[in-house]
Parts: sequence; C-alpha cells; structure tokens
Amino acid sequence: MVSIWFFIGISLAVNGGLILGAGIYQLVNPPENPSIVLYNLHANVWWGAVLLIFGLIYCFRFKPGRQS
Amino acid sequence: MTMAMLVAPRLVHLSAVDVVIIAFYFSLVLGIGFYLRGRANTGEDFFMAGREMTAWVAGLSFLSANLGALELMGWAGSAYQYGILATHWYWIGAIPAMLFLALVMMPFYYISKTHSVPGYLKLRFGEPARALSAVSFAFMTVLMSGVNMFAMAKVMQIVLGWDINFSIWVSSLTVAIYVTLGGLRSAIFNEVLQFFLIWAGALLIPILGLYEAGGWASLKLQIAQRASDQYVHLWSGLGSFTGNPMGIHWTGIVFGLASIISMGYWTTDFLVVQRILAAKDIRSAELAPIIGAGFKMFVPVIVILPGLLGLALLPVKLVPESVAAVTGGNSYNDVLPLMLARYCGPGLLGLGVTALIAGFMSGMAGNVSAFTTVWTYDIYRPLINSKGSDHHYVNMGRWTTVIGVLISVGTAYLVMQFASIMDYVQALFSFFIAPLFGTVVLGMLWKRATGLAGFWGLLCGTLSSISMWAWVKVDPSALRYVALSHHAKGLAQDMYQALWSFIVCVTVTVGVSLATKPFPDSALKGLVYGLTEVPAVGDVALYQKPLFWAAVVTVVFIALNIMFW
Repeated sequence: MVSIWFFIGISLAVNGGLILGAGIYQLVNPPENPSIVLYNLHANVWWGAVLLIFGLIYCFRFKPGRQS
Repeated sequence: MTMAMLVAPRLVHLSAVDVVIIAFYFSLVLGIGFYLRGRANTGEDFFMAGREMTAWVAGLSFLSANLGALELMGWAGSAYQYGILATHWYWIGAIPAMLFLALVMMPFYYISKTHSVPGYLKLRFGEPARALSAVSFAFMTVLMSGVNMFAMAKVMQIVLGWDINFSIWVSSLTVAIYVTLGGLRSAIFNEVLQFFLIWAGALLIPILGLYEAGGWASLKLQIAQRASDQYVHLWSGLGSFTGNPMGIHWTGIVFGLASIISMGYWTTDFLVVQRILAAKDIRSAELAPIIGAGFKMFVPVIVILPGLLGLALLPVKLVPESVAAVTGGNSYNDVLPLMLARYCGPGLLGLGVTALIAGFMSGMAGNVSAFTTVWTYDIYRPLINSKGSDHHYVNMGRWTTVIGVLISVGTAYLVMQFASIMDYVQALFSFFIAPLFGTVVLGMLWKRATGLAGFWGLLCGTLSSISMWAWVKVDPSALRYVALSHHAKGLAQDMYQALWSFIVCVTVTVGVSLATKPFPDSALKGLVYGLTEVPAVGDVALYQKPLFWAAVVTVVFIALNIMFW
C-alpha cells in the first residue's frame, strides 16, 4: 500500500512548486503597488522552495516499492 | 448552483495560482479516497481502519480531528479578544488530559477491543448506559457537523466571497465520497494531510509577524500600549475575576477546564478517541496521544500568536461579531484571514485558504466517520438488526455516511433559516461531555460502580447540565450562582457548568452503586483498574517507551507555563 507520507510529499512538492513559481514570476514582473506587507522579503520564493524540498524528500523517502 | 459566485465585499482576493492550489487539494483527497476504496471491505477495515495505524499516523490524526478551521479562526479571534489567556485551551486545557488518556485510560479502551466509547459503556455498565450515550452522541455529532458546515460556508462567503450553497455542497459531497469509499482509513489519511497543510499554510504568519513586530519583547510592549499588560500573561492575572480580560478565576481554569472539560473532551469524545483505537498495538495506542500532545503544545504558534500579532499590528480595530454585523466592520474572528491577507501573496494565499478548507473538511469527515461507527455498532446492530453479516454492516456504514452528510447539509440549511439554532446546538453538545467523563472514569477506576449507577449517573449529570444552562438562559443574573461571580462571562459559565454536572454525575453514580449489587470481579476483567493486566509495551529502548515521552512532554509543558506566567 502507498504510504500516507508519500501523499503528503506529493502535496508539499506540488504546492511548493506552484508557490515558488508564483514567487519567481513576481520577482521577474514585480507589481507596481504590492498589496502585502513585507513584500521585499519575497516569502513565496523561499517558503515555496522549503515546501518543495521537503515534499521531494518525502516523495523519494516513501515512494511506492521502496523498503523503509 | 453557481461556480464561485463572487459577492463583495470580501477580505481576500485569489489569483489563478491560488485557485489551482485549492483545486489540487480537492483532487488529491478524492484521489486518496478512490485509491483506498479497495481496502475498506470488512467491518474492521471500514470502521477501525484495520487497526493498523502507526503511532505517528494515529497521533497526528487524533490532533487534526480537533484542529478544524473554525477552531483556528475562533481561537485566533479569542487571542485578539482575551490575549494569551486563550492559550490555556491548548496547554492546561489539553496536555494533562491527553497524557491521562495515553497512560491511564487507553489501556482499557484498547484491551477491551471496543469499537467505540459507547461500546465500552456497554461492556462496563450494560445496554442502557450505552444506548443513552450512543443516541445522544450520534444525534449531536451530525447536528454539530451541520452547524460547522454552515459556519464555514459563511466564513468562505465573508473571506472569499463564495456562494454559501456552493461551499456547502462542494465540501460535503467531497467528504461523502472519500469517507464512503475508504471509511475511517480515508478520513485518517486526509486528517494527516490536513495537519501538514495547516502548518505549511499558517506558519508563515507568525514568522513574518514577529519580524514585522521586532521580536517577542517588542510585541509585548506594543500589546501593552494598545490593550493591557495582562494580555501577555497566562496566570498572573487569574487571582481575581477582574484581574484579566476573560473575567475568569484560576479555579475555573484548573477545576473546570483542565480537570473536567478537557478531560471529558480528550478522553471520551469518540470523534477523537476513534483515531487512537485504530492504532496497531498497545504501545502505538499509548504513544499516539503523547505525540498529539507534543504537537498540541506548539499549535498556539499558528493560532494564538497571529491573534496577538493582529492586536499589535493591524491598523483596524476588530470588534465583536454582533457589532461587526451592525457597523460592517471586521470581527475578532476575522483576525486570521486578515493576517493571511497581510503577508501572503499569490500562491501562499491559496495554501492558507486550502489549510482552512482542509481543516473544515477533515473535521466534518471526523464527525461523519464517528457517527457512522456509533450508529452501526451501537444503535443499529444492538437495537434494530443484530443478525446481519459483516458485509451487511459495512454497507450500512457506507449508506450511513451518505445519510449523515445529508442530515448535516439539512441542519446547515436549517441554521441558515433560524440562526438561533446554532447557539442551541453548540450548547447542547457541551451538556454531554462532563458527565460522560465522570461515568467512564469511574467505570475504569472503581470496580464497585454498578450498571444501574452508570446509567443514572450519566442521565442525572446530563440533566443537571441542561438545567443550569436553561436557568441562565431564562435568568441571565443566575450566572453569578453557576459561575460563582457577578463578573463571570460566558466562558466561565462553561467551566463551572461542567464542574457541577461532573460532581452530580459522580455523586449519583457512587450513591446508586452503594445501594445496588456489585458486579462479580470476573465480569470486570479487562475493563477496570485492579482487575486488568495491562500488557507491557515490550522490551524496547527507553526513548521508545510512552512513559519517557510523557515525561518529556510534561517538562516542556511546565516550562512553557512558567515562561509565560
């Protein structure tokens, strides 16, 4: 049976990838009037990257067929 | 039904990537449900997840079942309103009860191999106590699910501008599909997924908030300037009813919240206990609540801290719900979405909203799966059809899941028409918890408690709780008797009402027990302390023992209370 942790890895990796992508897009095309506070920290870039890395680690560690 | 009909004004605006993240969440939970549909063919699989969950999965699911979206938003709002005092509901109002469940009560639940808490009452006290507990639990669970469904749909309307009908039907149909297909295992998987989504979606708020505030010390100063110094102290203002923003005395927190309400909720509410009963062995069953307690201690970081940050940093002043409805302003409960909108840009906002939706849906799945088990095993099988096959009861479970969701939807629409029903249902739920704890804990720890006593203690405790509530409803000034003070507020009433109803339950149970014939010891083996041999957790290293981790959690718990005294 596929481990629950594998599903969590997928969730974190996909969400992290999407958030990182959105953050990079904003870096390349910065909004004229950012609607959020602390925009200069570009939280979606580093937080998206953190989620993506954790997600990929979980996916690899708990991928179906791999013995734990 | 319209697709995401937009209604202005709303607190946040989603971008395309946010919508993709939300849609991905729905796809994933449905995918998990379809994947698990072949693994829910027997009663043990469907209702008990095969009793094969590891301590981590059971523990995180146990915690998540309580970590609903309304909990998150409501307690963040309470932190804005009452300050750090709201943390008592996460620390002293949860941790001791979780450890008590793990070390004292879980062995009896687990050894008796019961399917449910009412099932334990049947084994210990007989059919009348089980029937009373099962009917009240099943009835209240679906009603609560409907009330939560309406409340969440309302939140989605305010925060995102979504149509209420759209929110109700999309979320309830999704839950109905994945629980019907995969049973408890599917509910548990999605609860663990929700746990990660909540942390991933909400942790950024305290990180960025503390950065903006200039750290914890600076935040405390800002709160003291905008509100009061007492908003950042857990215990120092509880010496009197007037010394703190909540109007509560430390006796209410210690004897009402910690000793009765939280004990009742965390040890006898089947919604949360069911997750632990699915553990694969006794060590996992004992470790699971301890793991839950370890994480529970840090939930205030993503719930209470955002409320405090909102108090210090938000340019607008939030007001009570009733005032917001008249003035069109933002209420206390809006603080979490407002903080989300303050810091989260495209993508992060979608993840935060997904965390709220996931919290709501897994809470509903928890309600529905618990209702299904109690209906099938504690009402339908003993009272209506005791000769069905295992396959028949699994089918009954699947149909009950669908019917339970539909009753919840019906309740949600009823609440939409008659708003006062919401208050009544929420109050009703609180009537059963404290007396049930009295009955179960006496049943486990006192072998002299008899069957008749279990039933009458539970009934009298529940009736006393209802009577006190009705008394204050008819004559609000009666609160000074129930909660022992003219200054007591609503939350204080809950604390003392629970304490008195527990005392009534225990007094009646003891009195009737002493007047009736005791059970022979042989009938109580595996059910009562002193007559039950609790199996050892095995020959494992110290760091694998539940007692060791319970001690670690206790030390951290005490340290945190001293730090924020």
